[in-house]
Amino acid sequence: MNSQATNATPIRVSLNQSRGGEEREALLMANETPKIQVNDLNLYYGKDQALKNITLTIPEKKVTAFIGPSGCGKSTLLRCFNRMNDLVDNVTITGEMLMDGFEINDPKINVAELRRQVGMVFQKPNPFPKTIYENVAYGLRLQGINDRQTLDKVVEKSLKGAALWDEVKDRLNESAMGMSGGQQQRLVIARAIAIEPEVILLDEPASALDPISTLKIEELINELKDQYTIVIVTHNMQQAARVSDYTAFMYMGEMIEFGATDQLFTNPTVKQTEDYITGRYG
Amino acid sequence: MKTWFKSGAPWIWLNGGAVAICMIMVVGLIGLIAVRGFGHFWPADVAEIEINDHTGKQTVVLGEVVRSQTIPSAVARDAGNYVPDDIELVTRYLIKQGNRDQTGRDFVWYLELGMEDFRYPDTAYVVERREWGNFYGYPLALQREGEVIATAADANFWPMIQESVDRSLKLHRDIQRIEKGEIGRISTRLNELRLDLRRLDLRDPPADVRAAEEARVAEARAQLEIDYQVLRKDLDVLYQSTKRDTLQMRMSDNKEVAISLADIVRVTAPNTMSVPTKMGQYVERLWEFLSEQPREANTEGGIFPAIFGTVTMVFVMSIMVTPFGILAAIYLREYAKQGLMTRIIRISVYNLAGVPSIVYGVFGLGFFVYFLGGNLDRLFYEAALPTPTFGTPGLFWASLTLALLTLPIVIVSTEEGLARIPSTIRQGSLALGATKAETLWKVIVPLATPAMMTGLILAIARAAGEVAPLMLVGVVKLAPTLPVDATFPFIHLERKIMHLGFHIYDVGFQSPNVEAARPLVYATALILVILIVVLNLTAISIRNRLRERYRSASD
Repeated sequence: MNSQATNATPIRVSLNQSRGGEEREALLMANETPKIQVNDLNLYYGKDQALKNITLTIPEKKVTAFIGPSGCGKSTLLRCFNRMNDLVDNVTITGEMLMDGFEINDPKINVAELRRQVGMVFQKPNPFPKTIYENVAYGLRLQGINDRQTLDKVVEKSLKGAALWDEVKDRLNESAMGMSGGQQQRLVIARAIAIEPEVILLDEPASALDPISTLKIEELINELKDQYTIVIVTHNMQQAARVSDYTAFMYMGEMIEFGATDQLFTNPTVKQTEDYITGRYG
Repeated sequence: MKTWFKSGAPWIWLNGGAVAICMIMVVGLIGLIAVRGFGHFWPADVAEIEINDHTGKQTVVLGEVVRSQTIPSAVARDAGNYVPDDIELVTRYLIKQGNRDQTGRDFVWYLELGMEDFRYPDTAYVVERREWGNFYGYPLALQREGEVIATAADANFWPMIQESVDRSLKLHRDIQRIEKGEIGRISTRLNELRLDLRRLDLRDPPADVRAAEEARVAEARAQLEIDYQVLRKDLDVLYQSTKRDTLQMRMSDNKEVAISLADIVRVTAPNTMSVPTKMGQYVERLWEFLSEQPREANTEGGIFPAIFGTVTMVFVMSIMVTPFGILAAIYLREYAKQGLMTRIIRISVYNLAGVPSIVYGVFGLGFFVYFLGGNLDRLFYEAALPTPTFGTPGLFWASLTLALLTLPIVIVSTEEGLARIPSTIRQGSLALGATKAETLWKVIVPLATPAMMTGLILAIARAAGEVAPLMLVGVVKLAPTLPVDATFPFIHLERKIMHLGFHIYDVGFQSPNVEAARPLVYATALILVILIVVLNLTAISIRNRLRERYRSASD
């Protein structure tokens, strides 16, 4: 559990005003700085609305978890933060999504530059069919950094940051495809932090892994939040409770409740949230 | 019975049976051509056969027994043979008796009637000649400058013959080197000078420039003429020298024949050979088959130019088809907006794979050779006209036609390879701030290389075995030069080539000497199959290595 979350003074933010004027309150730390602010976001796949009037604030250098049943739109929302939804045809997005005051969905911004600042780790480990070293160096090479010394330094730092260095330091030039699933997922995280993003999006990062690897990933998340803003989507509520400072519960494309994790899990204000976390549906 | 059907066993039997039939066909095919083709190089024993016909006349036949056949006597009588009335079936033997220059027929059928037992005399020699095929006979003497220097009875007769043969082979090589190499180079230079003059006419420069140029050409020509005379003299000496020795032989009908050593490739006495010696001979003859030029309207000698032509053509084709196919597939799969248009294009490409190959040949001849080649000639080789340079069938057009023929194969398999790459890999790259092009070239294309190699393998297999279109666009019965040699620019894309597939067709169906050609057809077919297998295995091993590297990413 996170001590900061429980001890800090709560502030009130309003969320999801659209729901019949019913204004629910969520707690946000007074000393948090917002990293990403989402206001009244709607997303449509063709005519189907996948996200409805989402409003929330992602605090800087904290772990925010999205939970909810399958198909509730949590991954879709996550993929808005680095515009991965651009890859899907026929997507319409309305509303505001500001990171450090800049509109993410502005068609004029450089998407590659945005994705450098907002890294992402996917459900299934997806290392490139290259060596471990080249996997981590990939993002740097894209930026034109080819100096061997710089690369060596960053690769080591990133692998250490992803708690993988001790396991792979002797076989950096072997293919990443030969690693275990858990190692691959940590490699992917190392690859993401190598380019020093500001935000890291984790889309069910441990769902394809065994319990021990899952534990390692969770420990890693705890370490990384000192430096990065982390947003994690998870099916596993225990995981959300263990790793996150804030949790958002989503259902059918709507943001039902958002609050400090302890608060949300111990004392949910909305009935649906309570039903879901106690396992009555979902 | 019903439970047997239900158990699924019939299906297993059916499937297993299908596999078995496929295997039998493949093994049978390869076995047949291997046995027939490889058997040709084994030095067969030379049989001496005495035949006493019904009139009491005796003939002696000397040669290799090729095969025997049992036929109804009526057929034998129709063929003009005497067969007693009480015999219904009669066996006949096909004897390769050689000596075509003397008897006119080198393969003759003889009826078994009146045949004595076969004898295999040690003195029976086989003389392989550059012209007129093999000579079968008994040696008499070796002459030098008209003088007998050794007779068959002498102990050193055999070594002396071998020594003479080696000497004449060396002289022959020297002559070849001068004629094809050096004189060839001089004639190339002379031709270039002629073209220089022609260009001068076309440009029509001022008189002083023209005079200077003409003077230069005349001088160069004179120099070449002097060089040529020197070589000519060397050649005359060599030719004279090859006439030094003569081998005196006696035929089975006691006629004596003198064979100049200049015409002899090899002298053997197969009946005296032990099995290891025969194996040595076998390897030597097989190597000659693989490494020599053809002789005697392709029915003798080797098939090296055909092997070389086939391989060169396949390489040039691969170089052309791979980038085109891959780029087209990448565009279709990665960049083009998927819709009606891409579907139409895809259907067209798939259908292109089903077009009969001769149609490609006609297209290649009409469009590539006459239109493109004709225009190239007008633009760049005007001086050489009316002799066409590229406006005539040649290696380049043959390769281009085959590239067109195999393009669909490469496109289809590349596209399938691209489609198989998991989208998570793409997203992983994009999420690191890579642009679409960077993702494509750094991650996707390397991952799809095994699939591209598969396409190339299929393309090579198809192209190497193709014959029909090649007859129209650049393959000939006998090419005087190889498409790659030591003269600039080393690879001569405009030259005509020989091709194994066409060689099989030509030797098998266009040859005047069917019996002599038959084993060569099998041998050539076998070489073609082996060549394709080797090309495929190379490509497959490259692909497997690539696959190993990208193992779990693409599964």
